[in-house]
Amino acid sequence: MSANRFNAYQNHGVGIGLRIPHYEHIFAHKPAVDWFEIISENYMIDGGRPLRMLDRIMERYKVVQHGVSMYFGSAQAPDREHLRRLKSLLQRTKTPWLSDHLCWGSIDGTYSHDLLPLPYTWEAVEKTAARIREVQDFVEIPVAVENVSSYAEFVDSEMTEWEFLNEVVERADCGILLDVNNIYVSSVNHDFQPIDYVNAIPAERVAQIHIAGHTRYEKYILDTHDHPVIDPVWQLYARTIERCGPTPTLLEWDDRIPSFDEVWAEARKAEKFLVPAPSLADENSLAGAAR
Amino acid sequence: MNLEELQRTMAAAVMQPLTPEEQMQPRDTTGRWHGRPMDEVVGQFIAPNSRLTAFERLEIYNRQYWFRLQTAFTEDFPALRAVVGPDRFESLMNAYLEAHPSRSFTLRNLGSKLSDWLSRNPQFAGRKSALALDVVRVEWACIEAFDNAEFPPLRVEEIAALGPNPQLALQPYIQLLALDYPADDLVLDRHRRQRRESSEAGARPEAAEEEDCTPLRLRKRPTWLAIHRADDSLYYKRLSQPEYRTLAALRAGQPLADALANAFATSRQGGTAQIRQVQQWFATWAQLGWLVHPQTQI
Repeated sequence: MSANRFNAYQNHGVGIGLRIPHYEHIFAHKPAVDWFEIISENYMIDGGRPLRMLDRIMERYKVVQHGVSMYFGSAQAPDREHLRRLKSLLQRTKTPWLSDHLCWGSIDGTYSHDLLPLPYTWEAVEKTAARIREVQDFVEIPVAVENVSSYAEFVDSEMTEWEFLNEVVERADCGILLDVNNIYVSSVNHDFQPIDYVNAIPAERVAQIHIAGHTRYEKYILDTHDHPVIDPVWQLYARTIERCGPTPTLLEWDDRIPSFDEVWAEARKAEKFLVPAPSLADENSLAGAAR
Repeated sequence: MNLEELQRTMAAAVMQPLTPEEQMQPRDTTGRWHGRPMDEVVGQFIAPNSRLTAFERLEIYNRQYWFRLQTAFTEDFPALRAVVGPDRFESLMNAYLEAHPSRSFTLRNLGSKLSDWLSRNPQFAGRKSALALDVVRVEWACIEAFDNAEFPPLRVEEIAALGPNPQLALQPYIQLLALDYPADDLVLDRHRRQRRESSEAGARPEAAEEEDCTPLRLRKRPTWLAIHRADDSLYYKRLSQPEYRTLAALRAGQPLADALANAFATSRQGGTAQIRQVQQWFATWAQLGWLVHPQTQI
């Protein structure tokens, strides 16, 4: 289950996000990290130190690209300059799969630089799936879409978030980057049971999993990637692995970044869940309860 | 409302400037909704939950949008902040970001229009507008020099092979500046304290400990500068005026003889001294790998 066509039949194990404050430690100590995820946009440039550092990382480690500006859910056509630079970077990194978010973020050429939520409507399903197919055809590698944390819901929504996700990935025939922390954050913000979400996703399409920490405020949770993973998120992760089998897993830590060792130790907590075990999930749940 | 119109509406609400208390405006200030209360506007497309109104839910995005842009802008222009002071900097930043929201997939380009905008709106920099403008030009040049393209440099023998009056191109990462102040001193001082990071999450980091914002005192002095990089590090190289004019002319596509004639047009140096000077320049430029073939294109 873990190695599937949506992650190019790779089983990368546990990785962490490549972040500048850790470069020095990585080059000096060469830690045995399975793989690094890079934010594509940080390297979609023409030259200089970022690309040189990336090349050094790639001499020793596997790298997978994760984007933040594709905006699969934007109603308008994709930015051609973005696609051109993205493809150039893909050729450099030879990433086995490419991920970005199930969201929108730009309109009329202006960028929010945020992962804005979509209304869960049939129109959004059709347009988002079409855009994912277009990008997938252009980049010529598997694409996985990530569920985002959200803080608002739309009056026009016609289905649940997981029903929306399932409809989109089915029509686009793409993979899922399942962020179990985002499921937890949104479940609190929107009053649903996160386990219902995990049980509903089509397990056979999960290419990768994200885990992360967040910040809880009085009335909502913000996806800040600046804390360790909390136990309820680990429980969702365990259930996801139970359904999907061992799947490439990545810890995101983006703000108030602690030492490399601390981040890596947090990520390695995932390893105990990744040991293959007899599947507890039946065929119906593997196929996705929402369909 | 179809998807495109919904996104256009939501973007307008999310990008509307915050109140001075960093909250969402209680009423439309853009004119898009004719000054209507924002809770009415937002309630048309955002649903409330048991703890938050539709207004409060969208306010989270409104605040995140501005915090994210302000954080990126502040990281890019620390010396400008030191020159104009924190309060004036905040006004300047918000006015600029309102006039020029991001038009690029990357926040790297957020300040690309700041120099032009500030030259047309000097009141935002107060009495120090000329120095502030120079500082902005240096700080933006640093961003360009940091990650612009680099091509294989021409060797001296390759330059000779191009003929007696060749066209030469400069490495795209080289940034040439003619300044009224030696603003590079100030920028260098500030940039030493700054560290670049990237974030996907976008939450506002805790306010950095407030530094001493007093900038170096600078006297007005014409300064010609090349900001470039070597071994992936940025360097500031002071130039003489003729050297600057030569490089600027080469970048503009002038043949070498025309560039040199232009550079020395007002020079009192004798011909021999000029030749020796040009030889020194070429030795330095070749050593730094600054010259590339004129056909080289990104």
